[in-house]
Amino acid sequence: MTWGLELARVRFGTRTALDGVSLVAAPATVSVVIGGDGAGKSTLLRALVGLVGLSSGASRRPPKSEIGYIPATAGLYVDLTVEENLAFSGGAYGVTGREFAHRSDELLERIGLAGARDRLGGQLSGGMQRKLAVAMSLLHRPALLVLDEPTTGVDPVSRSELWRLISGAAAAGAAVVATTTYVSEAYRASTVTLLDQGRPIATGAPSEIVEAVPGKMGVVRSAAQPRGLSWRWGTTWRLWSPSGVLPEGVEPVQPDFEDAVIIACLADERAV
Amino acid sequence: MAVLAETRRVTKRFGTFRAVDAVDLAVASGEVVGLLGSNGAGKTTLIRLVLGLLRPSGGDVRLFGALPSMSTRRRVGYVPQTLGLYDDMTVLENWSFTSAAFGSERPVLPESIRDSKDELVGNLPLGLQRRVAFAVAFSHEPELLVLDEPTSGVGPLSRARLWQDIRESTEHGTGVLVTTHNMEEAEQCDRLVVMVDGRVAAGGTVADVIGSRTVVQVTCDDWRKAFAVLDEEGLIVQVESGALRVPGSPGQLGEILARHKIAATVATVPANLEEAFVSVVRNGIHR
Repeated sequence: MTWGLELARVRFGTRTALDGVSLVAAPATVSVVIGGDGAGKSTLLRALVGLVGLSSGASRRPPKSEIGYIPATAGLYVDLTVEENLAFSGGAYGVTGREFAHRSDELLERIGLAGARDRLGGQLSGGMQRKLAVAMSLLHRPALLVLDEPTTGVDPVSRSELWRLISGAAAAGAAVVATTTYVSEAYRASTVTLLDQGRPIATGAPSEIVEAVPGKMGVVRSAAQPRGLSWRWGTTWRLWSPSGVLPEGVEPVQPDFEDAVIIACLADERAV
Repeated sequence: MAVLAETRRVTKRFGTFRAVDAVDLAVASGEVVGLLGSNGAGKTTLIRLVLGLLRPSGGDVRLFGALPSMSTRRRVGYVPQTLGLYDDMTVLENWSFTSAAFGSERPVLPESIRDSKDELVGNLPLGLQRRVAFAVAFSHEPELLVLDEPTSGVGPLSRARLWQDIRESTEHGTGVLVTTHNMEEAEQCDRLVVMVDGRVAAGGTVADVIGSRTVVQVTCDDWRKAFAVLDEEGLIVQVESGALRVPGSPGQLGEILARHKIAATVATVPANLEEAFVSVVRNGIHR
């Protein structure tokens, strides 16, 4: 069974928060949604799990009991212990008794909190809190796992451990949808949706998004900003020509995924 | 190039805990130094020592050749993680307040934030708030910029534009010390300093930090099965572009996969910066 959104539109009053977004969440795959603050990432996930209604389009999802979801800001109770947090989640999803004991032991071991069952959620570091929240959402082995910025502000070591959990859920058959502001995390996904102001501005596998870049990109080594659509990378400039004609002396360079993302944003900005 | 900020074996103890332990750091005019480390590694404490907000328990801190003081503070621009803006004041009021505090009356707001000058900072989206914090920190034309996770939660294009501002300032001779968890951003720095448990565990260019570190790339038809088997062994397996990347030796991984009758191609490939960083942190300090 495949879940997802089809041309989903969400309005809050007169503001369109999500404007015709489609997304496929297939079992045993990870879909990543990239965008900045206010791009509509959280609204997209909330529409997918059924927390906000669509003004048009369609949302397909399994029954609530088969969804695991963590919002961007929380996902755990700071005044409950690690064990109590898991037990609460277990109770809510009907994972109890011996099954709960087995599953919570396994998850606590994996997130390195087996020795911290009695610690309050609020006493954990940011990275640990996110790991516990993801573990709570995995307790009932959801068919659809939906994670809102699970790694924002988390250091790379904790991030690799979080992705181990997330990829593990996909390996076990879950359809995973996660949002991120880190462009490099797109490589962990089979499909990527790039969102800006509620609109999808690029969709596909990272390699497909790179291949779909129109025109040509070049690297310019100068202090002054070159004319045209350009942005900084280290001490150099990247210059993109939508028509494919670069100024004389500028060598074309194959864009990488990060370049492709910035080009998609620039192209979108120009079109608006 | 003139050294703007320098620490020599600087140490900060809180009780018996050494938050910063004998750290040498230098930031010269016109360069961007990236300070990397896990949460709790001592990055923010080191920044506070450099700014003079904390006194060292041992070692030396020099800012523009002198001890940190009010007069050196005037020459530094600082954007903390929390941005340091007043949410209930407008953009213009924030700007004017900081300009007045630094004694640098500059009536011209930068173009990048002029459109929102009468908006309350608390009502602006995060990306724009960061631009305001940058503009405020740049307002007195500092010689040293200190940025603590400047782009956390910011989208790709806004991030590129913030880096444009950073590089424009280094071209005028400003030195920049920046912390980040974002490896794409770290790759844009001229030099990196990696902290683990209060100490400098690695440093130099991106290539220096990666060094000869490698990971094993596992390619097979059924990534899910290979993942499950390697994960069960306690290995930190990362899935990237349909292949698995695992720290370890190809022989060891090949043996595990063969034992579970999984046909796979196993190859040693150079680590990327993120993998190198994780390896530095996991293996602790090598000096």
